[in-house]
Amino acid sequence: MTDTTRPPASGWADEANRSNIGLKRRHARSRRLQGFGIGAIALAILMLGTLLWTMVSTGYSAFVQTHLSVEVTLSPEEIDAQSPGDANYRDIMQRAWLSSFDNVTEENEGDLLSMLSRGAELQLRNLVIDDPSLIGQTIQMEVPAADDLDQVEKGFVSRATPEEYRIVNDRQIEIFYELKQDGRVSTPFNTALFTEADSRFPELAGLKGALIGSFFALLVCFVLSFPIGIAAAIYLEEFAPKNRWTDLIEVNINNLAAVPSIVFGLLGLAVFIGFLGFPRSIPLVGGMVLALMTLPTIIISTRAALKAVPPSVREAALGVGASKLQTVLHHVLPLALPGIMTGTIIGMAQALGETAPLLLIGMNAFITAAPDSMMSPSTALPTQIYIWADSPERGFTARTSAAIMVLLGFMIIMNGIAIYLRKRLETRW
Amino acid sequence: MANFHTDALANSGNGTAHAKQEGAKSANTRGVAKIKAESVNVFYGENQAIKNVSVDIDERQVTAFIGPSGCGKSTFLRCINRMNDVIESCRIEGRILIDDNDIYAKGVDPVILRSHIGMVFQKPNPFPKSIYENVAYGPKIHGRTRNKSELDSVVEQSLRRAGLWDEVKDRLAQPGTGLSGGQQQRLCIARAIAVDPEVILMDEPCSALDPIATARVEELIDELRQNFTIVIVTHSMQQAARVSQKTAFFHLGHLVEEGPTDRIFTNPEDKRTQDYITGRFG
Ligand SMILES: Nc1ncnc2c1ncn2[C@@H]1O[C@H](COP(=O)(O)OP(=O)(O)OP(=O)(O)O)[C@@H](O)[C@H]1O
Ligand SMILES: [Mg+2]
Repeated sequence: MTDTTRPPASGWADEANRSNIGLKRRHARSRRLQGFGIGAIALAILMLGTLLWTMVSTGYSAFVQTHLSVEVTLSPEEIDAQSPGDANYRDIMQRAWLSSFDNVTEENEGDLLSMLSRGAELQLRNLVIDDPSLIGQTIQMEVPAADDLDQVEKGFVSRATPEEYRIVNDRQIEIFYELKQDGRVSTPFNTALFTEADSRFPELAGLKGALIGSFFALLVCFVLSFPIGIAAAIYLEEFAPKNRWTDLIEVNINNLAAVPSIVFGLLGLAVFIGFLGFPRSIPLVGGMVLALMTLPTIIISTRAALKAVPPSVREAALGVGASKLQTVLHHVLPLALPGIMTGTIIGMAQALGETAPLLLIGMNAFITAAPDSMMSPSTALPTQIYIWADSPERGFTARTSAAIMVLLGFMIIMNGIAIYLRKRLETRW
Repeated sequence: MANFHTDALANSGNGTAHAKQEGAKSANTRGVAKIKAESVNVFYGENQAIKNVSVDIDERQVTAFIGPSGCGKSTFLRCINRMNDVIESCRIEGRILIDDNDIYAKGVDPVILRSHIGMVFQKPNPFPKSIYENVAYGPKIHGRTRNKSELDSVVEQSLRRAGLWDEVKDRLAQPGTGLSGGQQQRLCIARAIAVDPEVILMDEPCSALDPIATARVEELIDELRQNFTIVIVTHSMQQAARVSQKTAFFHLGHLVEEGPTDRIFTNPEDKRTQDYITGRFG
């Protein structure tokens, strides 16, 4: 090749051929940045995985509950068909249980009885009240075992542990294994976890009260914060003059979003309970406190969504003689809706997981009945987790993790809805 | 004459019809000023964008605003339908009379004013709604039609006048944003004329269009001239020469020169005008 066929020396190819130190450094730098990014994401995934793993591995066992089968004779002498609620079900259940063993003595009677959960007699009572025609029959029942036996069944307590370190004694474990051999032990799905409210006994404790309490609180939170938040955002974004006052308001809203949630709890305690005299522990107050907390989130995300609507749409509407309100309601708001929805649902998911403000207004009380209205005391999911995490019984350890899994499940569902809505509404045009 | 005062809303329909009649009488007489600007100054904060501009815009004529970028054409155009009101920092001095009524006088409702002064923007900006809804929106909010069939006919008429009907009549329910750029711009023109305005302001309506669509819109402007007073901002000398009867040249916020288009392009008085139209700056 001769010189005439070569491109001029100043061409780009030439520069690339020259070993350009600066260029190399630039490439190395961008590769390094990429490496850091990937590293950070990997770390995050690792931590998330660890979190989920510990949660699932400790919590999964709470989704089943050990049951013992027992044959109960419901004699009409003991249960009055007219008022089946008045019978002494504890006595009936205990005798039915003991009668299934041949060698009951004074000294092992206590061991045998403490194998049954207190829930057994309640279950029997409910069964008879629901269906009084059972009186006079002999029925086979699956009743929950006491938590200590449940732990044996799940392998958390074993005979290898010295007897003084466990509540169940060797004899009870012996009997339990005999029962198991006879096929009288079963481990069905723990429906009580969802159909019962809190209880002192882990085997009877459930999330029903917390779920309903959280539902009511979120409902109140939504009903208050959604319309108020959107109205405030529309006013600030579309109508308010831009002056020092509105700047001040804006700064304050942004600050409010960053205020620790416990402060909102204190505010709620002082204003709603102290000043306005609402009762403690009720979902209504919980919802109002959560609404205070969620408002800034909704206002900020709504304003961002409104800001993102192209000004050409506003101009178009104003240009054909729409008033400002018409412009906003007919054109701007529909376009901002996906963003508003996403922001709101994320705010709601945050509110669902918020614990501190609810502790302050007493939604961490021990309440064994699910609330039947917004005015009856209740717990919420996160406070229920808090209560259970604080309980010494072994059975609550797994239930705490199970409750966290339920809470996470709801959050995933809510965030999923947010993503779905965003996709749905956005692709409309 | 049309009246933009709030309390005259009920009569505004009559007012329009009246103006039309009068216009028909004077259709051939040149130089009936529809819009009169008197010593208009516009400020964006401290910055003055329009400096003491006085100009007459004739009825049923096309007036072109030309000038280098940033000279204030859009700003002045937006003064005519008070679109600048929504810009917080914007302040306007002087008077703009439409049919001898000062549109900046106390008690004038800009919303009613804008329903009489249509606007077509530089970038096609149809509503993200159906084609039908785009055109029907204006008549609907102003209560110009009594029932669905009347609205249907207004929509059809407007689309026909905008030269879009044949292309979209089978897909009126589809989104207006799904049309091509040129179709969108004609849809915006249809939307503007659907409210039966007296004046149509167009800010570089063809800047996003190809030559064919541009020709289409220019034809349209020529047709619309029969019924509407049109003001058009354009960067294309050829376009100004083709469509307008009068041309106004703006430079750095000043109105340098205005007059019949033929004269401005063949025999400009000001050196700056000459430089601009011959392409020496801008
Ligand atoms: N919203 C605004 N806020 C502040 N200044 C503005 C605003 N709009 C326009 N200006 C200023 O006013 C002057 C005139 O702007 P205008 O948009 O009217 O120019 P133009 O002639 O339409 O230009 P172009 O041909 O590029 O569209 C410019 O100097 C511009 O910077
Ligand atoms: Mg412009």
